[in-house]
Amino acid sequence: MKTLSSTVAALALAASLPALAAAQSRGQIQIAGSSTVLPYASIAAEAFGENFDFPTPVVASGGSSAGLQQFCAGVGLDTVDIANASRPIRESEIETCAANGVKDIIEVRIGYDGIVFASKTDGPGFTAFTPAQWYQALAAEVVRDGALVPNRARTWAEVDPSLPAAPILAFVPGTKHGTREVFEEKVILQGCEDAGALAAIAALKGGDEDAATDACVKLRTDGASVDIDGDYTETLARIQSDPNGIGVFGLAFYENNTNVLKVATMSGVTPSTGTIASGEYPVSRPLFFYLKKAHIGEVPGLKEFAEFFVSDAVAGPDGPLAAYGLVSDPELAATQARLANEETLDPAS
Amino acid sequence: MTDATFVPAALDPERRAALTRRRYAAEKRFRLYGVGAIGVSIAALVLLLVSVLGGGLPAFTQTFVRAQIYLDPAVLDPSGTRDPDGIRKVLTFAYAPLIKRSLETATAELQPTVPGITPALLAGMVSDGAPAQLRNYVIANPDSIGETVEFEFLANGRIDQYVKGNITRESSAGDARLDPAQLDAADRLLEAGVMELRFNPAFITNPDASENRPEAAGLGVALIGSAYMMLIVLVLSLPIGVAASIYLEEFAAKSWLTDVIEVNISNLAAVPSIVFGILGLAFFINFMNLPMSAPIVGGLVLTLMTLPTIIIATRAALKSVPPSIKEAALGVGASKMQAIFHHVLPLAMPGILTGTIIGLAQALGETAPLLLIGMVAFVKDFPAGLPDGLFDPATALPVQVYNFTQRADPAFVERASGAIIVLLVFLVAMNTVAIVLRQKLERTW
Repeated sequence: MKTLSSTVAALALAASLPALAAAQSRGQIQIAGSSTVLPYASIAAEAFGENFDFPTPVVASGGSSAGLQQFCAGVGLDTVDIANASRPIRESEIETCAANGVKDIIEVRIGYDGIVFASKTDGPGFTAFTPAQWYQALAAEVVRDGALVPNRARTWAEVDPSLPAAPILAFVPGTKHGTREVFEEKVILQGCEDAGALAAIAALKGGDEDAATDACVKLRTDGASVDIDGDYTETLARIQSDPNGIGVFGLAFYENNTNVLKVATMSGVTPSTGTIASGEYPVSRPLFFYLKKAHIGEVPGLKEFAEFFVSDAVAGPDGPLAAYGLVSDPELAATQARLANEETLDPAS
Repeated sequence: MTDATFVPAALDPERRAALTRRRYAAEKRFRLYGVGAIGVSIAALVLLLVSVLGGGLPAFTQTFVRAQIYLDPAVLDPSGTRDPDGIRKVLTFAYAPLIKRSLETATAELQPTVPGITPALLAGMVSDGAPAQLRNYVIANPDSIGETVEFEFLANGRIDQYVKGNITRESSAGDARLDPAQLDAADRLLEAGVMELRFNPAFITNPDASENRPEAAGLGVALIGSAYMMLIVLVLSLPIGVAASIYLEEFAAKSWLTDVIEVNISNLAAVPSIVFGILGLAFFINFMNLPMSAPIVGGLVLTLMTLPTIIIATRAALKSVPPSIKEAALGVGASKMQAIFHHVLPLAMPGILTGTIIGLAQALGETAPLLLIGMVAFVKDFPAGLPDGLFDPATALPVQVYNFTQRADPAFVERASGAIIVLLVFLVAMNTVAIVLRQKLERTW
């Protein structure tokens, strides 16, 4: 009998849940999205909670695309207020958003993230690279004697005699990462162009530039290039177990692990917050968060948090985000002004 | 006489002896395999425990450092009125330079023995959370503005790792976030007793901290989140599971429908847990409009996941009660319900409780279903008490382990192992309760 009555009680509880939930209004800001932006968002959220009477925002991760998908699911307190992204929002995502009623989106650029190429401190002397060398080492097919042939290069020295005679073993971000896109565009495709392969492949493909681009960014699958679908911690673990490996990291991750990793220059430029901010270092990307204008005023502290996130004290060159590894945006003042005026993305753009 | 007929007459004694030897040898080999198998499992367990304990126990201690801080009125109360609102307007960013300036005397004292030290390096040895600690103190004690107050801060994660011996001068050479002079200063401060390593209960009670402050990160929010979810799982899945199994086992007429239900329950028990997370997002959050990242949703999702386990265990327990007991009760005139609730259920209780606790322990260790409902997140604020707290954001213990392992600062590795230890302690405790209950309640016939 006891069991029966407690069952009844439990069923009553289950039935009353929606009513209870409806009575709850959300106090804290909900953020989802890019795992690259996550550390910055949680540092900003922590400082925001410390300094204001608003609750500390909740920052979930899961990737730029997953975050924007949640963001575009609709307007209302059961949807996220902010989506972090390590790439600009896509046209298709703006359309999905609009179809679900998310019309006024405010785009906020928080700064830049450098992508660096690092190897074990006591590994081979990987100190300087060019995009062309990476392309020649990692492309699935290269042009030789006027034809596309599978890439057979085994050591970096075969690609360029100035490089160490170590086997090619690169740990690159997997395709689900936003970093992969930047890596393909700024390193592999750039290298393809620099090496003159893009034009050669386009000529082979009868002038089809798109097909040539696709062929350029196709990476080897014979074990020389390894996709890492996990985080940078996984890349680091792989490099530590194989000293010949070279990994693609975020600048912030590298700066937190300089005692075990050494970084290589790209086209002669050492990656640092300075060289990335000035645009000298070629492989970097902007980081964003997207904000629903409709939620401003509905969720307490939302605009205050967004403004705090990109304030000089937080996102400026001396702020805690830069201390972690964010490359401060030289045009931060313009971003702050746009946010203050709540300027939204033009749906037609 | 008759025994002799079992021995085939054709076998000569020598061959018989050889056969016996082979049989004995086979048994000996099998025993060795068994011992080997147990040995491998024990070795795996010991390896796990040694690596987790070795890596995680240091997380329960922390390096603290004492410092005299001058609470400068010009910075902290620019209006000079001690107005609480005015003091609140001074953000933590203004407190950081205050620490640096206050450490100038300490720097001067250290300089003869540690030539490279500067106020900035010394301030860098203090946790990134120190300004917030100062600000909270000043807001609580506005009268202290203008005085010099001694504070005890957490030491920065890198210094803490050095004091604990996890990093050495050699391994940290080239670390851009750690200056050798800071290590020298840490040695001096430890000798002077200004800096000390001691037990740190805050690892259990503190909420999570951001990437810049591994030293301040704790498990508080995760523990509460896990406790709330386990409560929901227990309150919902035990009665529902037991009622379902009693009905299926004792009352339901055997038909194609009960067969379908049975097959589905067994199938449900084998469904990957992430599927329950997808269901949770679609049903509890999008359809029922329950809040995201809340233990209520996590608890409901884990209830769905635990139910099949409990139903299967309960049905097995009910089946193991000898039918003669029920028949005897029915024979002396008890109704079917009386027979079940008075006689069968109490005897099946040990099995039911064991199944429930094993189901709960399984639910306690789940991360995947929580991913989609927003519980794999950075949550800094504690949820409220019951029942409102069920709707506040929280994380869970395994989620905290996962979060810690993803972070760039190596100091988080230690905290991940520490969180695993806490999780293991809970699992061992739950399994011990299951064993004790079984021994206490078990009856033999």
